Amino acid sequence: MDVEKTFDVHRIREDFPILKQVVNGKPLVYLDNAATSQKPQVVLDEMNRYYLEENSNIHRGVHFLSDKATQSYEAARKKIRNFINANDHREVIFVRGTTEGVNLVASSYARRFLKEGDEIIISAMEHHSNIVPWQMLRDEKGVKLRVIPMNDNGELLIDEYETMFTNRTKFVAIVHVSNALGTINPVKQMVNIAHRHDVPVLIDGAQAVPHMRIDVQDIDADFYTFSAHKMYGPTGVGILYGKRRLLEEMIPYQGGGDMIKSVTFEKTIYNDLPHKFEAGTPNIVGGVGFGATIDFINGIDFDAAIAHEEEVLGYATNVLSDIKRVRIIGTAREKASVLSFTIDGIHPHDIGTILDDDGIAIRTGHHCAQPVMIRFGIPATARASFAMYNTKEEVDVLAKGIHKVIEVLG
Amino acid sequence: MSALRELYQEVILDHNKSPRNFRKMEDATRTVEGYNPLCGDRYTVYVKFEDDMVKDVSFEGAGCAISKASASVMSAAVKGKTKAEAEALFAVFHKLVTGEPDPTQELDTLGKLAAFSGVSEFPARVKCAILAWHTLYAAMESNEEKVSTE
Ligand SMILES: Cc1ncc(COP(=O)(O)O)c(C=O)c1O
Repeated sequence: MDVEKTFDVHRIREDFPILKQVVNGKPLVYLDNAATSQKPQVVLDEMNRYYLEENSNIHRGVHFLSDKATQSYEAARKKIRNFINANDHREVIFVRGTTEGVNLVASSYARRFLKEGDEIIISAMEHHSNIVPWQMLRDEKGVKLRVIPMNDNGELLIDEYETMFTNRTKFVAIVHVSNALGTINPVKQMVNIAHRHDVPVLIDGAQAVPHMRIDVQDIDADFYTFSAHKMYGPTGVGILYGKRRLLEEMIPYQGGGDMIKSVTFEKTIYNDLPHKFEAGTPNIVGGVGFGATIDFINGIDFDAAIAHEEEVLGYATNVLSDIKRVRIIGTAREKASVLSFTIDGIHPHDIGTILDDDGIAIRTGHHCAQPVMIRFGIPATARASFAMYNTKEEVDVLAKGIHKVIEVLG
Repeated sequence: MSALRELYQEVILDHNKSPRNFRKMEDATRTVEGYNPLCGDRYTVYVKFEDDMVKDVSFEGAGCAISKASASVMSAAVKGKTKAEAEALFAVFHKLVTGEPDPTQELDTLGKLAAFSGVSEFPARVKCAILAWHTLYAAMESNEEKVSTE
């Protein structure tokens, strides 16, 4: 298929006003999308409209505005439900982001059901947010963590994973797309393997949802969590999807308003799903903005946008591979968005400073994935990460910038 | 490009490429590890004291050009100085890299350390420039074996 026909990157860029900025006298080249993506005008407009026309608290007022606000917020939940093909909107829980999604499951599921000596499987390429909550549980309850190893390309060893299950294995928590390496893990297959052992699986989808179509029922994920801000939506809001059967069994994450049916000093009856997990006044405008984000994505040819991104990533991989002294970290067959690299003899922090001088925004450091850095024997990488609005011309600017880095630092 | 050239001056590029006193010291009086969790820069600074004098300084580790060159230039600058003199130098250096005006013209005393004047234009890099100094300071003034810039 000819991508250009259905997806015009220059047209899409018009939807993102921030991309017109000039940084250090140069046009902004924003390649830090894995940290957070930019937001289209329609999302910003909708959030503004909400505050101007509907602002009030939800799920509690009898008045006009409260009713409007509740409708907008709940409409967003239903849009997100359709977007990830959840079976039921009650399985879609608003959280602060991926980090809170993982912590919620660790607290309300794993802390409740796992016992000393039970095992949790995670992978060698997890973001710290899918490591630390499990370590906290380990220290509290004496559960054990087992880590799926990866090869030098940054691919998980699935055969090895399969042999890690014992009758003590009680949970699996894995990343769908690695933010440090770009690897797309075969999550459907990995869930299938876990289910053969009757073990539920949580998937960290923070870097997957912006770059591919997600169908939580097709994957058969028990839990799937992601952040709005990495997929063109606002910060401070995300989703934890969970299968209803599991969510019903779980205890609430936080106590407070909205998550109860009735409270006396003797006894509290918890609210139904999803409200049982949504204590207190949520990020209402964030939820509404998230809904507008889904509308935005549905309003474009998302499949063509994904194909465009793949093309840009492939182009960037080729261009950077051709630069002497550049080493690409993460060369899995299946990748999305992320191009991590090092330059022989030059520290990533210096790369970042020099590229910034040309208006190029990349991330440098360990990307909240220190075990990945240790695995590859490097302190840090420079990381370019692409979104649908990035162009091949921007890749050329990046390549020029890298040549300048080598020239400046020798 | 000019702010960038100010940052990566010849002295810095030179000390980054061939750092001075870049070695382990077996008979150090104090050994302290300095770490910048933000970018992963990590150096071990070795100091040998003789009474109140910094008799020898060396370092090992890895990090960006700014942090490595700073450790290297520092090691050469404080060798043979008293603790008080080294600390005074750190104070002036700190002013330099954070861009604080210095009415007393102390900056003149900096010698090669003056090459770090460009850092003040890059707030994100100040921590890189002072990591080794913080580590040295801990070696002189505390019993800590690890310091972190956070
Ligand atoms: C793979 C992955 N998981 C989890 C997170 C955490 O997401 P958030 O900070 O939005 O909670 C990130 C964000 O950096 C990520 O890239």
